[in-house]
Amino acid sequence: MSASTIIFYIVSALVLVFGAMSVFTRKIFRAAIYLLFSLIGIAGIYILMNMDFIAALQVLIYVGGIIVLIIFSIFLTHQAGDKLPKPLFKRIVAGASMAAFGLIVVLGVFYKTAFKVTTEAGIDHSARSIGRQMLDYHHHGYVYPFEIVSFLLLAALVGCIVIAVKIQKK
Amino acid sequence: MQLSISLLEITRAIDSWLNSIFHPHVAFGIELVLAGVAVILLVVAMAVLMVYAERKLAGFMQMRLGPMRVGKYGSMQAIADVMKLLLKECLVPTNSDKMMFKLAPFVVTVVSFMTIVPIAFARGIQLWDINIGVFYITAVSSLSVIGILMAGWSSNNKYSLLGAMRSGAQIVSYELSGGLALIVVVMMSGTLSISGIVQAQADGWWVIKGHIPVIIAFVTFIITSTAELNRAPFDLAEAESELTAGYHTEYSGMQFAMFFLSEYTNMFVLSMVAATVFLGGWMPFHIAGLEGFNHFMDYIPGIVWFFGKTFFILFLIVWFRWTFPRLRIDQLLKLEWKYLLPVSIINVLFAAFIALMGWYL
Repeated sequence: MSASTIIFYIVSALVLVFGAMSVFTRKIFRAAIYLLFSLIGIAGIYILMNMDFIAALQVLIYVGGIIVLIIFSIFLTHQAGDKLPKPLFKRIVAGASMAAFGLIVVLGVFYKTAFKVTTEAGIDHSARSIGRQMLDYHHHGYVYPFEIVSFLLLAALVGCIVIAVKIQKK
Repeated sequence: MQLSISLLEITRAIDSWLNSIFHPHVAFGIELVLAGVAVILLVVAMAVLMVYAERKLAGFMQMRLGPMRVGKYGSMQAIADVMKLLLKECLVPTNSDKMMFKLAPFVVTVVSFMTIVPIAFARGIQLWDINIGVFYITAVSSLSVIGILMAGWSSNNKYSLLGAMRSGAQIVSYELSGGLALIVVVMMSGTLSISGIVQAQADGWWVIKGHIPVIIAFVTFIITSTAELNRAPFDLAEAESELTAGYHTEYSGMQFAMFFLSEYTNMFVLSMVAATVFLGGWMPFHIAGLEGFNHFMDYIPGIVWFFGKTFFILFLIVWFRWTFPRLRIDQLLKLEWKYLLPVSIINVLFAAFIALMGWYL
């Protein structure tokens, strides 16, 4: 077993443990922090796969952006420091059965797929090639989904401003 | 024949010496430990030096002498302060979230140390030549706000929470203009890696050959990095007259020292980034055509150039602190969202146009 395999197992164990802790803790602020560690672990797995750019994006967007937003919204709610009430038995059963169902589906797909070991050269993962593909409209580029998503985000931003703006009465 | 010894040769000599004694894997492990120790020593030495320099400069700017009692010209003052902080007790408030309270200083310190990794100090002296260097620093330094929010929340104190909220809002909003300012230079040099950006400035620093867009980006970057550091005139997150000390009100002893250390580390790292991206890193100052002058400049080692530029930016940031009065929160947000952000977006377009036409030198 090589060093990178050992590191992979350690990092994935951390991701799973922190993911489980963020679900099972009853303090909501701690749940956000555990989720943060889980997401950082996923960035670590990207780095192990030599996907530096994706790892940095993961940290910048999920950790630096979304977790900060989650923490801010926790701060703005009342009694965020108290423990959450224990979940009802009905809900535990429902949640557990949903989780088990999801696990069965994933495992089913996982065991049906025949994973092939290829000898092809790895894909070019530099920021330059990602940028080229993102704006390419010839060779299976992604300019179309990219533009649609940017348009959607712009619409969402304008919508937020329309909702938040105060119209001054004369 | 070259008479001088460069840092690169010293590191190569250490590397071949270790490899001749140990197995390559063991040698690699030892090198990692050595690099870590070197970074910690550098940061601690710089923090002590910066605290002393800042107090002295503040004194001179206010017609005082600054610290004078401990050692010659007060030169031992910062070390005495460190000893005092080491000996103090770390108090933990009773009704706080104790685990988060103790974790927060570590998060802040780890994040600020991680940002040093891709910095190039001299030719070939770089811990990790990652091909997305500038982007890595931006991404990792956006984590420090989490540590601040953790500290403010877990202290269970209204001053701390308010300070953390202000600090979070400030860092999140000023990150945008700071990132856009870096994008200007990234576009012109066509690479994200720190060594690539330094290499692109071999024939002139970006602030000189990049014309107006890079000068605007440089000024924006200095303003936003001062704001991200929570330093005056943007220090309302820890405004002592309103909020006692902001998010680290409840911290004492070594835990407070870790916040203090990470604040100075962040200041050091941001100055190093500004020196690398805009002022050419370890590249000497050259004037095209003056061969003798250029040769003379080449004799000054890269590390001297690099630290000279870094100290220049540090001096600017200290100078700001003792010159401008503190902003109000609405003025702070107005400055970012109504002035800096539109200016930097237009500046990025302008710079893209210049980079496309190849109008920089």
